[in-house]
Amino acid sequence: MKKLAFALFAAMAAIQANAADKILINGAGATFPYPIYSKWFDDYSRLHPEIQINYQSIGSGGGISNITNHTVDFGASDGPMNDEQLAKLDGKLLHIPTVLGAVVPVYNLEGVKDLKLSPAALSDIFLGKVTNWNDAEIKADNPGITLPDSPITVVHRSDGSGTSFCFTDYLSKVNPQWLKNVGRATSVQWPVGLGGKGNEGVSGLVKQTPGSVGYVELIYALQNKIDYASVKNASGKFVKADLASVSAAAAGVKMPKDYRVSITDASGKNAYPIATFTWLLVYQANKGGTGKVMHDFLKWMISEGQKSAPTLGYAPLPKGVAAMVKKTIETVK
Amino acid sequence: MISSPGLRERNDDKTFRIAVLLIALASVALCAALGIELAKGSSLAWAKFGFSFLTGREWNPVTEQFGALPFIYGTAASSLIALLISVPLGIGSAIFLAEIAPRKLSAVLCFMIELLAAIPSVIIGLMGIFVLVPAVRWIEPFLTKHLSWLPFFTGAPYGVGLLAAGLILSVMMLPYITSISRELLLAVPQPLKEGMLGLGSTRWEMVRHVCLPYARSGILGAVFLALGRALGETMAVTMVIGNTPKISLSLLAPAYTMSAVIANELAEATSDIYTHSLVGVALALFLITFIVNGVARLLVRGLTEEHAR
Repeated sequence: MKKLAFALFAAMAAIQANAADKILINGAGATFPYPIYSKWFDDYSRLHPEIQINYQSIGSGGGISNITNHTVDFGASDGPMNDEQLAKLDGKLLHIPTVLGAVVPVYNLEGVKDLKLSPAALSDIFLGKVTNWNDAEIKADNPGITLPDSPITVVHRSDGSGTSFCFTDYLSKVNPQWLKNVGRATSVQWPVGLGGKGNEGVSGLVKQTPGSVGYVELIYALQNKIDYASVKNASGKFVKADLASVSAAAAGVKMPKDYRVSITDASGKNAYPIATFTWLLVYQANKGGTGKVMHDFLKWMISEGQKSAPTLGYAPLPKGVAAMVKKTIETVK
Repeated sequence: MISSPGLRERNDDKTFRIAVLLIALASVALCAALGIELAKGSSLAWAKFGFSFLTGREWNPVTEQFGALPFIYGTAASSLIALLISVPLGIGSAIFLAEIAPRKLSAVLCFMIELLAAIPSVIIGLMGIFVLVPAVRWIEPFLTKHLSWLPFFTGAPYGVGLLAAGLILSVMMLPYITSISRELLLAVPQPLKEGMLGLGSTRWEMVRHVCLPYARSGILGAVFLALGRALGETMAVTMVIGNTPKISLSLLAPAYTMSAVIANELAEATSDIYTHSLVGVALALFLITFIVNGVARLLVRGLTEEHAR
């Protein structure tokens, strides 16, 4: 018994010593970029064994409140913080864009392959104004496709999420009635439809319910092989979401100095209109050695890290934005 | 060896008494602390909305208008449906297991029913999505066709909704009711049962007039224990209820429960009033569970006293 206790104690001491050698960085926030973030932190720890970065994907809201309270070293969010939230901070916080993602309208219509949706049709479906698939508003954009005479079942996220923010942000831009009645947020009061928990909840409901339409992240639709519609962008072209069209949406945007920008309804000719940046939230001035470690990691992320984004279905930052971000990273201390 | 055994025992007893008293007080204190924390964490919501927080039907995070009634309704309605299904089923199977089934079969069946209680709710929820919801979607058109003169069976057949939630909750309540009721029925004194049979009664009459009245208060306790689980169940329900904060009499309509909205929205609730409102929902759920348990206590006590007379 004594021997066992001693062995345990020795083992714990060894772990302790090991942990003491490592520099531990804690982060929390968005779930949407979690796959790429965990790959980055993993790869980076392999390159620099003395550094360990922990990331909890607790949601953008949680990331924002944690970084505000300094309970983590960095936060992450799919939506930029608003002025009210920034006012609560006691230091200068930087929004560092990392990658881009897209939200796609998924649907379940037997035999209909390449559905096209105009902003008006999409927003009217989610407003509950268009309730049948053979409505003239949908038909007009889909010549040559026979749309069934069946009711539309709308599916949305029930949990608060950056995906919902991106989607409602887009609808708010293209339909004044949406902006007035519903608005943009991580959770909104949906006029119609069923709520599914998480991307898997929404895609599960859409897959099962004939005549349904919902929205999920692009990666999720690709992995689960669900049909998704192309959406008419601001230049009047129907675009299907892929890495190129998402990058095109980011390339056309005029980037403000603090990177807090929405790229939904982007104007580029080939731009996919329901796309978003996702950001790391980092204080400019950090205590102890944290700032240096963050600075080094971010520098790696913006050059080497970007290369692994496409393999996981995220679009890397456009060159111009990356160059701008590089300069900003140099100010992290 | 021991000079004064009496003294030593008394001292030990004293330590023991104080120790268990402290443990008992700790659980009371924990409960009180929980209530206070919930009240503190939701103070903004009560200050802004007052009592209308409980009666308001609007839940709009964008305009920050919060009313918890749709969630209270969803929790109550889904639990009620589950009760209506699981109580007769549970007590019925308990009677079968205790009185009619052969010993060996009873033991095997009972083991399997108790196993049902050990299945994590997320797995039951997944079963709900992949098996129950399609089945409900298949049944619903029949309900709307033949029973639509009742307000409970109207609307589109989504599959997900109050009915699916009630069904899944009844599956989760069943093992509690069955297993406890069976134990209670087995505890009915043999002479009582034999006497009844000796008077020439049928087996059903024996169960109806001897076993059930004897075990009544305990069975009621089991039902309330199961109801407690239903009120707080989160994961399985949120996966099949449709998560729509609207009040509709129809069982086919999607709804939302209190625990589900907290689990779904708390992580992304960024403004103070939003988090306070969610904690307010938690406080309401806490109080409702408290009241349900209190009522259960009173009922059980009433029955026991009546029984004693």
